[in-house]
Amino acid sequence: MSLITQLIDGLSLGSVYAVIALGYTMVYGIAKMLNFAHGDVIMVGGYICYEIMVSAGMPSILGILAAMVVCTVLGITIERFAYKPLRKAGSLAVLITAIGVSYFLQNAAMLIFGSETKTFTSVVPSFALAIKDLSISGLTLVTIVVSVVIMIALTLFIKKSKIGKAMRAVSEDKDAAELMGINVNSTISVTFAIGSALAAIAGVLLCSTSKGIMPTTGSMPGIKAFTAAVFGGIGSIPGAMVGGLLLGVIETLSKAYISYELTDAIVFAILIVVLLVRPTGLFGKKINEKV
Amino acid sequence: MLKVENANVYYGKIHALKDISLEVNEGEIVALIGANGAGKSTTLKTISGLLRSKTGSIVLFDENISHTEAHKLVSKGMAHVPEGRRIFLQMTVLENLQMGAYTTKASEVDALIEDVFERFPRLKHRKNQIAGTLSGGEQQMLAMGRALMSKPKLLMLDEPSMGLAPILVKQIFDIIKELHAAGTTILLVEQNAEMALKVADRAYVLESGRIVLSGTGKELAQSDAIKKAYLGG
Ligand SMILES: Nc1ncnc2c1ncn2[C@@H]1O[C@H](COP(=O)(O)OP(=O)(O)OP(=O)(O)O)[C@@H](O)[C@H]1O
Ligand SMILES: [Mg+2]
Repeated sequence: MSLITQLIDGLSLGSVYAVIALGYTMVYGIAKMLNFAHGDVIMVGGYICYEIMVSAGMPSILGILAAMVVCTVLGITIERFAYKPLRKAGSLAVLITAIGVSYFLQNAAMLIFGSETKTFTSVVPSFALAIKDLSISGLTLVTIVVSVVIMIALTLFIKKSKIGKAMRAVSEDKDAAELMGINVNSTISVTFAIGSALAAIAGVLLCSTSKGIMPTTGSMPGIKAFTAAVFGGIGSIPGAMVGGLLLGVIETLSKAYISYELTDAIVFAILIVVLLVRPTGLFGKKINEKV
Repeated sequence: MLKVENANVYYGKIHALKDISLEVNEGEIVALIGANGAGKSTTLKTISGLLRSKTGSIVLFDENISHTEAHKLVSKGMAHVPEGRRIFLQMTVLENLQMGAYTTKASEVDALIEDVFERFPRLKHRKNQIAGTLSGGEQQMLAMGRALMSKPKLLMLDEPSMGLAPILVKQIFDIIKELHAAGTTILLVEQNAEMALKVADRAYVLESGRIVLSGTGKELAQSDAIKKAYLGG
């Protein structure tokens, strides 16, 4: 395969990472916590779409919508019952809870859907775009377009909309936001809802690419996207996007030209180097520790 | 208008407010003075719902608000400018004002922003500037302007003169008087007891979490105990 094809595949993978990383970074920005269960929400989204589309034979668009609705509710529920009671607890307690939620979701999926890999059919009809001797699959194209649209829409939402501004206010100073009349709890819920709906879309796109789904499907992409978020500067929206895209491209190129087996090691080595040089990530702001 | 009765507030085991009772009547400026750590900010936070009292009650306009969530009090006419300004440093001046108007009817927001700019002309020229790059005085003006965006009936100010040059302190106090003249009731926390007692109709003195004195601004300004403790002689 040519370098251009590799780059396009990398961008496609990277844009999915970016969409997932947005969920991590938004939740971190507003709730100051790492939601390690975020990756498993991806998996749930994949299964819901699978059940509607493959098992029930309904149109793929219904599968995607159902996945988004279920994941949104799931995200709000996780926040409400697992994280909200710990709002004032130490970060270690929250971290352990998040890991617990992650295992809970994986085990629940194992019980409900079984532990074997199921064959996922792509939500995008198979077609290919050919430009000269370059051929881009429909799925790759749709993945990139959808992700870019999500990134632009989310950026505008956070910059311009009333709720988006409230989210920024809450992420800066919860008490001050509360004094403005902003309902901090519901703003945090909205953030989890948006992040989880995005995770559902990412899950469907990822399963369409990998053509399979199992209960641990979300783990690796989750960790990669988390890496991307840290890479870009956790808490930063543009950082999550750039971090995700870069990670996808690096991973794809490294698989193609360096070593398939060593790729993950390479990706994490790059992360370590970036963090050594810029501890706050590419776009990270200096963190003013407030007590 | 506001009546706090028998408030006891704890930070873990620290008993920060002890049996606090105070009252603010419509149209008054009431000052709350006391040394560092006396519990002034804690009192304001308890009134605005950020902290909870274990006992007693807080009544605003005949409604018991002891258990009302902080964000719901804004539309009931209360605004609290917290200690240290607490403006949104990464947002623009305009966005900060919009946040202040979070519960205000959309149709009124533009006019209110114009009002704030008229009162604080320096903010107008900096409306698209990131708030974190404003000077200390400008930040205080933004914090007050932001609070005015909800058209408060009761405005609580926590040390609005902190860290400002004398000329700015005077300006802030002039604005407090203007707001009062325009009908806003004010509960003012100040370290600058002299200035505070001058503008206040009544005042309370806090000491280690207890109210130890209260009276009219004039009375307190002349009391020997106050002169010694807070007015430098
Ligand atoms: N978050 C907190 N945790 C524990 N103790 C606190 C906390 N905030 C305040 N306190 C304690 O409660 C007491 C009252 O504090 P408060 O901030 O109300 O004082 P203040 O009168 O506003 O003082 P200052 O003039 O310095 O602002 C102090 O002894 C303080 O140490
Ligand atoms: Mg204080």
